[in-house]
Amino acid sequence: MKYLDEFRDPAAAQALFQEIARTARRPWVMMEVCGGQTHSIIRNGIDQLLPPTVELIHGPGCPVCVTPLEMIDKALAIAARPGVIFCSFGDMLRVPGSAGDLFGVKSEGGDVRIVYSPLDAVKIARDNPHKEVVFFGIGFETTAPANAMAVVQARQLGLKNFSMLVSHVLVPPAIEAIMSSRHNRVQAFLAAGHVCSVMGYWQYGPLAEKYHVPIVVTGFEPLDVLEGIRRAVKQLEEGRAEVENAYPRAVRYEGNQPAQKMLAEVFTVTDRTWRGIGVIPASGWALSEAYAEFDAARRFTVEAIRTQESPLCHSGEVLQGLLKPNQCPAFGKECTPQKPLGATMVSSEGACAAYYRYGRFAMPESLQPLAPA
Amino acid sequence: MTNDLNFEAWSCPLPLRDHPNILLGHGGGGQLSADLVKHLFLPAFGDDALDRLGDSSVVELAGGRIAVSTDSFVVRPLFFPGGDIGELAVNGTVNDLAMSGARPLYLTAGFILEEGLPLTQLGRIAESMAAAARAAGVRLVAGDTKVVDRGHGDGVFINTAGLGLLPPGVDIGPQRARPGDAVLLSGTLGDHGMAVMSVREGLQFESPIVSDTAPLNGLVAALLAAAPDVHVLRDPTRGGLASTLNEIAQAARVGVALDERAIPVNPAVQSACELLGMDPLYVANEGKLVAFVPAAQADAALAALRAHPLGARAALIGRVVAEHPGLVTARTGIGGTRVVDMQIGEQLPRIC
Repeated sequence: MKYLDEFRDPAAAQALFQEIARTARRPWVMMEVCGGQTHSIIRNGIDQLLPPTVELIHGPGCPVCVTPLEMIDKALAIAARPGVIFCSFGDMLRVPGSAGDLFGVKSEGGDVRIVYSPLDAVKIARDNPHKEVVFFGIGFETTAPANAMAVVQARQLGLKNFSMLVSHVLVPPAIEAIMSSRHNRVQAFLAAGHVCSVMGYWQYGPLAEKYHVPIVVTGFEPLDVLEGIRRAVKQLEEGRAEVENAYPRAVRYEGNQPAQKMLAEVFTVTDRTWRGIGVIPASGWALSEAYAEFDAARRFTVEAIRTQESPLCHSGEVLQGLLKPNQCPAFGKECTPQKPLGATMVSSEGACAAYYRYGRFAMPESLQPLAPA
Repeated sequence: MTNDLNFEAWSCPLPLRDHPNILLGHGGGGQLSADLVKHLFLPAFGDDALDRLGDSSVVELAGGRIAVSTDSFVVRPLFFPGGDIGELAVNGTVNDLAMSGARPLYLTAGFILEEGLPLTQLGRIAESMAAAARAAGVRLVAGDTKVVDRGHGDGVFINTAGLGLLPPGVDIGPQRARPGDAVLLSGTLGDHGMAVMSVREGLQFESPIVSDTAPLNGLVAALLAAAPDVHVLRDPTRGGLASTLNEIAQAARVGVALDERAIPVNPAVQSACELLGMDPLYVANEGKLVAFVPAAQADAALAALRAHPLGARAALIGRVVAEHPGLVTARTGIGGTRVVDMQIGEQLPRIC
């Protein structure tokens, strides 16, 4: 397949693995920020083929995983109301709230629909004028333009029955939070290519300088990931801490300016709770005052929610890179993709689910769940 | 009867107790479906013939061996690129029988029709079923019709039963997989699932993807003629190849090691899967089979598959191994290894 096969070439991958092994003379720890990269690393077995000197830590960049429990519970409450059509991206439906998930709400009669684009939800609102249509607007900067466009379109169409439950999160504040944690082990970042295709990478210069940390904008195919790792290792070995673009076919320095302009109009920066991590200041987007009428959180008053995380779930430490998924005592035992305790076990981009799905084979016998006899 | 079920006493604590109601995933052909069968239906029905969990069951009758199978079809839309619900119902039932090595002979069809369904649509479906039956060499010998109120069905639901005759000496079943067996796939993966998805609301692809629905009994006959000692035959429908191979690995307590690069996928299907964040290994097929064949007969089997029009793109995709029993692994495109797990519920498109 054009534009993909050339970035999955086994011979070129081998050459990159060898060069990384030659370059890395000391042990280095780097974090891939984005869940899509985690998925690719585990899906292709990249982590198994890297030299022991390069350790990858899986970052908090899975939007499904970090959406706060309170927001999930709010979504469950709204979706269960009569007269509401609740629209969401597919993999949010299985994420556990304090009690149940959206699939459960659906099976109990809630009108929960999977959409492929927020604009589909706008269309549903137009076609169902007597229903309240709510879209669950989550994600990083990558999904934000489409979500913003949905609200803009709803206004243009004069829709009064469309609203969005917004829980957007932002990458640069997360990098800042990780670097300023006293537990931090990360020495370099592979920045998320898709986020940068929207936002550019002008935001990262000050971070690289302040924390003296190399940041390499990285894509998602095996060769993209390896090239990102190669450049990060090279910087570390040479003592540099710069922002580099290893994904130039999709990312420009300034990013997508019209999208950024729209985002600035529709959203406003807010403090955001990250599931498993806690509140990170100025790390999220909420709807701006100009678009407040489309805010589902304002339109639907949801009674005080008492959230409760499973005490067994260590997803917070996993998301901060302090724990590998298979080091969690509940991994593969109490917690599996069929019965996830935390969101990291749900999304295909979640580090725990990726480990379970693609990495179980390499794990100690004691951690492998028993197949049915 | 629901009130009599003791949820606490189920042999496996996960995951059904957490879902007191049926979820769509229970029909997805993955882990939830398997759990439903294992923990609800098998204990309730308690018949040896069911315990083998094949696509069809083999029973003895009047001194011979008969393969029996039943299937229900609830596809939406009713007409999709490359086929329709009627053709799918006939081919699906024929294939369930053929996967036990049986020669399919007779089918029945029960129709649950929704009030308001245009007769022209039903006529097209019936003609399509007749054509499919002729093509597969089977007869439709009994039928039934029920009509439900508007809004209580989805146009047409079809339930079928199939009967076939098992030739003497044929013994095919998932538990017969042995280390050393070659794993053969008869063609490209994912065509049916992506064809149906592509015409559902909101998804339009520029180049049409066509369902692979086809009767596989002819292909099976050709395969058995060339390689009489085939151990396992399955058609990877819902849940895709990944779920089918996991079921076999667990039934036979063996491991399966795939070579991802050897698995054929049509470029349009691959593109659609990339777009939606799906894995072709988990997408449904309706005209493909996977065969476990002793190594000594693998070459002959592969040649026989490739000589048949429905097996032109057949490939050797992996081997059965004694290591990691119950698990399916794949060597990835760049030479790493990953586990190919069973699908949990329905395959869900990723966010970004």
